[in-house]
Amino acid sequence: MTKVTMTVNGKTVAKEVRGNMLMTEFLRDELHLTGTHVGCDTSQCGACVIHVNGQDVKACTMFAGEAEGAEVATIEGMANADGSLNTIQQAFQDYHGLQCGFCTPGMVMTAAALLRDNPKPSETEIRDYLEGNICRCTGYHNIVKAIMAASGQDVSAIAAE
Amino acid sequence: MYSFDFERPTTLDDAVKALGQDEAQALGGGQTLIPSLKQRLAMPSKLVSLAAIEELKGVTAEGGVLTVGGGTTHGTVAAEASAYPALAALASNIGDPAVRNRGTVGGSLANNDPAACYPAAALASGATIVTNTREIAADDYFQGMFTTALDEGEIITAVKFPIPEKAAYIKFEQPASRFALVGVFVAKYSDGVKVAVTGASEEGVFRWTEAEEKLSADFSAGAVEGLSLPAEGMMSDLHGSGAYRAHLIGVLTKRAVAAAG
Repeated sequence: MTKVTMTVNGKTVAKEVRGNMLMTEFLRDELHLTGTHVGCDTSQCGACVIHVNGQDVKACTMFAGEAEGAEVATIEGMANADGSLNTIQQAFQDYHGLQCGFCTPGMVMTAAALLRDNPKPSETEIRDYLEGNICRCTGYHNIVKAIMAASGQDVSAIAAE
Repeated sequence: MYSFDFERPTTLDDAVKALGQDEAQALGGGQTLIPSLKQRLAMPSKLVSLAAIEELKGVTAEGGVLTVGGGTTHGTVAAEASAYPALAALASNIGDPAVRNRGTVGGSLANNDPAACYPAAALASGATIVTNTREIAADDYFQGMFTTALDEGEIITAVKFPIPEKAAYIKFEQPASRFALVGVFVAKYSDGVKVAVTGASEEGVFRWTEAEEKLSADFSAGAVEGLSLPAEGMMSDLHGSGAYRAHLIGVLTKRAVAAAG
């Protein structure tokens, strides 16, 4: 067993965990934060994207022990302090950037990382940055629109096909 | 996954000590090793994460050489290797953003996947692989698919890339894995041109010396026109036959030369 201590959505947590415990297992099974989804479990789909020390990573391909001392942010920490949806989440709702919603936590976390580094991304930059996030419902157009809208840009230029 | 212990040393000395234990294995960014562990392709007694060792991280350029710490992530190389733009571009196209925030140069070179990008850069640049015990020339380092000159428990601390006059890396991506179906790195130095090919050969990354000779005499895409490699010895799978891969090498070499300018 390995002792890990980290900050998750602003709260310090300390647990004894198996050496081979993945971050997805730590968040979902130990902390009961089930917003981080496990889609492929092979680092392809991006449903498990979280932020570790401000960087977007795939929680299925990282051990809990690797997050020792880290600041971790998950989808559960994304809403505003009063519980209302944050700008990105609201834009996903407004532009219907989801259908089944399974990929959405990862999409929102990836979008947040993109907009932090690149506050006004082009459509191409958004599509490029979403390379590691797979959505099987939407065809991505509304997701791209939502991220454009969340960055305060005009979405009407994006093709509707 | 099989069960194993996990250790996260903060100094190189402690990591070397931990790796001295039976069946201990180093963990870089884990972007290849963790999927392998999930498939039970590896059974370490202990994983030794190198991610907390600050001395393994960073990018510096001095005296015409770009030095990248073994624990530096692809994302950091993409952002900070501006002294060697072709290398920064290569790093910025590995996997996806989240993978680039974890995967490391040292991890990629230690694994030597036959379709990984960094081995091509190291070989074409005549890089030096620096470990906790010695320095290894790239030409001596790569010894076939998933095989390197590294000893048990040896850790890549840095990679020194001589900065070329011109260079480019062109990868024909396998769209699902984002690994190179074939990738060609061309680097022009004052004393000649090097061409390294990844993704193609059953022996892993290799130098295409015939193309190097032609390009050293005349650095233009036309110089390698008509030059080809045999399909024998090239990997063949559902993504592409050996003949297709051999063909791609010629095409991508020309594109890389054109992109290098």
